[in-house]
Amino acid sequence: MPFGTLKGFGVTLKHIFRQPITQQYPEYKRPVYPRFRGRHRLNRHENGLEKCVGCSLCAAACPSDCIRVVAAENTAEHRVSAGERYARIYEINLSRCIFCGYCELACPFDAITLGNEFELSEYSRDDLIYTKDMLLAEPIKRVPVQDSDLYDTPIPAYKSSS
Amino acid sequence: MTIVPAEKIYEGTRIPARCPTILDVDPAEHDLDDILTVNFGPNHPSTHGVLRLIVQLDGEHVAGIEAVIGYLHTGFEKTMEAKTYWKGITYPERIDYLSFQANELVFVLAIEKLLGLSTPEKATWMRMCLSELNRIHSHLVWLGTSALEMGAISMFWYAFRERDMVLDLFEMVTGVRMHTRYFQVGGLAEDIPEGFYAQAREFARHMPRAVNDYEGLLDRNKIWLERTKGIGLLSAADALALGQSGPMLRASGVDWDLRKAMPYLAYDEVDFDVPVYPNGDVYDRYKVHMDEMRASARIVGQCITRLEEMRGQPWIADDRKVVLPPREELHTSMESLIHHFKIVTEGYLVPEGQVYVAVESARGECGCYLVSDGGPKPWRVKFRAPSFAALQTLATCLRDTAVADLIAVAASLDPVMGDVDR
Repeated sequence: MPFGTLKGFGVTLKHIFRQPITQQYPEYKRPVYPRFRGRHRLNRHENGLEKCVGCSLCAAACPSDCIRVVAAENTAEHRVSAGERYARIYEINLSRCIFCGYCELACPFDAITLGNEFELSEYSRDDLIYTKDMLLAEPIKRVPVQDSDLYDTPIPAYKSSS
Repeated sequence: MTIVPAEKIYEGTRIPARCPTILDVDPAEHDLDDILTVNFGPNHPSTHGVLRLIVQLDGEHVAGIEAVIGYLHTGFEKTMEAKTYWKGITYPERIDYLSFQANELVFVLAIEKLLGLSTPEKATWMRMCLSELNRIHSHLVWLGTSALEMGAISMFWYAFRERDMVLDLFEMVTGVRMHTRYFQVGGLAEDIPEGFYAQAREFARHMPRAVNDYEGLLDRNKIWLERTKGIGLLSAADALALGQSGPMLRASGVDWDLRKAMPYLAYDEVDFDVPVYPNGDVYDRYKVHMDEMRASARIVGQCITRLEEMRGQPWIADDRKVVLPPREELHTSMESLIHHFKIVTEGYLVPEGQVYVAVESARGECGCYLVSDGGPKPWRVKFRAPSFAALQTLATCLRDTAVADLIAVAASLDPVMGDVDR
């Protein structure tokens, strides 16, 4: 047998003594890095008002045109956001979304951020259109995040809330 | 460009006369009644995407071949004409989805050339670092899948293990594992996280050892040699005539690398070797890929050394007309907010003109031809896809091969169908 083939077996043998690198995914979730761009979230102020003022800048920034915003006026009886207007309809079509994070970059009020959720599969395409209620709600599944001091720069404070 | 003197590969040219991409069955050599037409693809796991090959078989031998492309046509170039430059950055990375950073880089460099914008040193070096990491990533996918197709399944696991390390680095720096949009016009989207330096340096140290392992498995493996040596021949003259670049050209004995020949970014300041092999067969293409991974790991190490000295320096140019203002200014400065709205909605105006910028991607010369009419959207974008050029050699390489070698040869061209069809 040629020596070269034996060398290959040597590599294989070496790997027997190494730790397996397999991650048992559904049971074990690898922590994502703090900058990870996953499912979108709409944020609220501490007093409960929505940060989104319905300016549609995220929709303008979206390269795949997957965001739909319809704004309405705030009234004294019905105050939803801190600004003059609020988003009456806010929908993201996640089956079109490319997770580029431009909406997050565009939003001047830090209202929309990309969170850490990546388990987004659905049985129906309709379920992938996320409405405002779904985006405002706290995600049911939480994904662990790596140490943000080490893997993120301190400047973007707007990311810490997501 | 120097041509390495090689042993004779073959006499004259093997490019089919009528059309370089179609190999017709020669009635003098084959009995036309024996010819069996087989569709290889478009949905075949070994075509690296959706490539359809109409193969005329005489027994085990490939007598004629014709490649049908277009199954992955997405119209990215046309769509980009309807998007502002800022939004357009997300598109080129999806053209060649394995060497996404190179495509992103070439588009950003083209815009910057039209704008006459210079980038901070840190951005230049980080771009180089990520481009080289991306080259390793692309080569690893190539190695893993090509070896898998020839029966070496463990190669696939080993290559994808290292690939995951690269993707982890991308996720840490940019936020996503692929298609990062991290290179922005003027520099980088975000600063480099502190943890990147150590982890990237560790990877640059680990990678040459991993390549040694791959070579230990394949280099002198009897089956691998039988499947790759002397198969898919392409001489230097034919490679040049068919417009090859990158690993295809270097495996045919032509010393041509844009990083050395026309240095962009800061490639003239780093030290690396360009591997050249003379035989123009599948084995030499494999060797070029292996040596390039080592060279890339070396460049990454040098980039990290330089980047570590640049901590705290700006990562994006300070040009308020083109670059999004710093995040924290949006709440305090009205002027910044106006610039922010202008760039996001309307985009920035790029002076009228046309440029062609080329970089060395993992598969060869990746070029971007950009025409601006002075507006906020490109008038025309055209990408020079190295995979498309590589696919043109298929008819030449596949002459006189057996059908089993068809997969080895098609894989060695390293085509990414997204890049071919665009």
